[in-house]
Amino acid sequence: MTILKTTGLTKKFGDFAALDGVDIEVGKGEVYGFIGPNGAGKSTAIRVLLGILKATEGQATIFGKDVWKDAVDIHKRVAYVPGDVNLWPNLTGGEVIDLFIKLRGGNNKSRREELIRRFDLDPSKKCRTYSKGNRQKVALVAALSSDANLYILDEPTSGLDPLMERVFQECVREAKAEGKSILLSSHILSEVEQLCDKVAIIRQGKIIEKGTLKELRHLTGTMLLVETKEPMPNLAEVKGVQGIEQRDGALSFQVDQEELDHVVRYVSGFGIIRMESAPPTLEELFMRHYEGIGTGGAL
Amino acid sequence: MTNQLFSGTGSLSRFILRRDRIRIPIWILSFVFATVATAVAFIRLYENAQERQAIASTMENPAMTAMVGPGYGLANYTSGAMMAHQMLLMTAVVVGLMSVLLVIRHTRTDEEEGRIEMVRSLPVGRLSNVAATLLVLFLVNIVLAILTGVGLYALNIESMELEGSLLYGAALGATGMIFASLTAVCAQLSHNARSAMGLSIGLLLLAYIVRAIGDVGSEAVAWLSPLGWIVRSEVYVNNIWWPVLMTVGAAIILGGLAMYLNSIRDLGAGFLPARAGKIHASPLLLSPFGLAFRLQRTGFIAWAISMYVLGASYGSVMGDMESFFADVDLMQDLLVPMEGFSLVEQFVPTLMAVMTIIATIPVLMAILKVRGEEKNDRIEHVLGRAVSRNRLLGSYLLISLIASFVMISLAGLGLGTVADAVMDEGFDVGMAYQAALAYLPAVWAMIGVTVLLIGWLPRLTGFIWLYLSFSFFVIYLGSLFQLPEWGEKTTPFGYVSAIPLEQFDWLQATVLTAVAILLIVIGFVGYNKRDIGK
Repeated sequence: MTILKTTGLTKKFGDFAALDGVDIEVGKGEVYGFIGPNGAGKSTAIRVLLGILKATEGQATIFGKDVWKDAVDIHKRVAYVPGDVNLWPNLTGGEVIDLFIKLRGGNNKSRREELIRRFDLDPSKKCRTYSKGNRQKVALVAALSSDANLYILDEPTSGLDPLMERVFQECVREAKAEGKSILLSSHILSEVEQLCDKVAIIRQGKIIEKGTLKELRHLTGTMLLVETKEPMPNLAEVKGVQGIEQRDGALSFQVDQEELDHVVRYVSGFGIIRMESAPPTLEELFMRHYEGIGTGGAL
Repeated sequence: MTNQLFSGTGSLSRFILRRDRIRIPIWILSFVFATVATAVAFIRLYENAQERQAIASTMENPAMTAMVGPGYGLANYTSGAMMAHQMLLMTAVVVGLMSVLLVIRHTRTDEEEGRIEMVRSLPVGRLSNVAATLLVLFLVNIVLAILTGVGLYALNIESMELEGSLLYGAALGATGMIFASLTAVCAQLSHNARSAMGLSIGLLLLAYIVRAIGDVGSEAVAWLSPLGWIVRSEVYVNNIWWPVLMTVGAAIILGGLAMYLNSIRDLGAGFLPARAGKIHASPLLLSPFGLAFRLQRTGFIAWAISMYVLGASYGSVMGDMESFFADVDLMQDLLVPMEGFSLVEQFVPTLMAVMTIIATIPVLMAILKVRGEEKNDRIEHVLGRAVSRNRLLGSYLLISLIASFVMISLAGLGLGTVADAVMDEGFDVGMAYQAALAYLPAVWAMIGVTVLLIGWLPRLTGFIWLYLSFSFFVIYLGSLFQLPEWGEKTTPFGYVSAIPLEQFDWLQATVLTAVAILLIVIGFVGYNKRDIGK
């Protein structure tokens, strides 16, 4: 069942296309990773999905409803955490959490207390005294204690310490287990790798790659680390081999999936001492798309 | 030991002067310019002793004494005596405010932002920052004192001789010094910049009020307030120096106290217990309207009180208005006598226009807050939840409309009730209230223009302040500069019935209200269509 779907979503600011024909689809119970560097269009896309910005062209629906026209109805079942959490300096964290829960409608007291405890937040402090991480905790507690069907999280962990990041990941897994859908925008690739079922990579407003992690890995192939008795002078000319690097007396390189058999046969001719293989990390995937292009902002 | 405490004070002082190289000269020059300009204006406005004596007679009531301090030399009201009586205290309060703002900026704010921590990690003494701040502030106030004194003397006005002029400047400077030290103490007591500033400004107001009570009632009470000491220097009348010197002495002692307190506390800590905030929100907060009101509550209350005080201060001078008008030529140009109305009654519409234009400031601030929230990226918290744009903007509009009613009512009632109390023949409070309420449709039209801007031209919302200033200029000064009649028709405030001189024009008020509603509706349409963001 599709929860969120965009087709040809385009948002222009004057002549500049912040989003250019974005198609994504989030199903029920799915964690969808939305990755890209700063300025690639992640937050713009999320703001369009929330009905805060109006799309120039294309369709965007959540729960089958139009994100612009039916924003209020949709928001009753959506919980959102912005990337940059700005709060009111003279309200306490507890007051802000209560306000957010109330404005969405619905009330879950015990969940609120439990999350405040898990995230180790002091709700009696005024927001002006909170660090970035603590402001993010306020937004996360408010979002996660609501009984939403879709969670839209825009770089929610950029200010959290590793312990709190783990708490966050537990919460996301729990939500997923309850059949909730999550759209997680991030540039922390290990986080996306651990949590997400599907990933879309955005660059300069365009989706340049999307699919399950397995599919994406298939596209790129396998990393091999090989140490041989005799040197392999012509390895670079073998079909399907890329990115050769010298590492601790061994060679590390990437092999296209369909050429794997052929490459292993070639290598074995030189007498294998050591051979390690690993699927490419998301980071390698990501870098492959960004390296050499040199535009679209830094990570 | 001294090295441990004060090392680097000189460098830090220069650094503070470097950071405020624009801010400090602007403050000082504003005071010097405003003081000298007022003195010049007084000379122009009151040409001879007879006119000054007439204004002196309007000053002899408790309301004026509470407001500007005891009148020394009222019997022989020279230009100098008038200047010291009407201007010294008010200017001193603002000088005090300058000191509060500058001291907080360089002590608690820097501490809160973590800048003091970086400075303290350098080979700099523990007390150097407080010492440098006070040193700079004392220097600023001394320069202010000398420039003001010399500036007044340079006018070459007979009753403003050198000693009195220097004392006038010294009184201002001494006030600035004592409030600088007092603020430095407050900065040690509170945990954060905001409450330290609140405490300091609170003490400044308390000093003003204690002096007011003392000046009207008992001399002993007046001596409890440093502002009471300042006015007792009887500048240009008897030129008594010791109250000013006493103030400087107290400033030095308080400065020492601030340093002592600074030396026994931890960085980031304070002496007043920090109250734990609320863990749960009150039900009143839990709606877009509740949030919008909560964010503006303090400002709303402060403006409401100010509007009443403004009305009351105009009302307090009503009693002696007739004789005042009779003696001042300029005012007679302003008001051409009309058949069947007293001069006081003729003055009511002009006063109301001025007060309602001032009352429009908090009203517009209330609606513009929605734009401020947008700029600060906080509106998405609200719109990202189940809140429609109509409900959001409507909440701020409602506060703005409530403000229009409250602010204007308080200004009108302040004027009416106090005028009624001080005038021998009494004053029609109902009439004053009606005259004030007659301005409501004009204020609504200003709200309408603002909503229109928020909906369609959000980047240009600041334009409304320009339009309000223009309205003030056209309405208040229009008659003085003989501007043509159509001039005032360029602002909504030109379409208001001048009660009590005119009957209330229902048609005009209805049309103005309808225009306001139309502008608001169009504004809402735009707000529903546009992108939210910076």
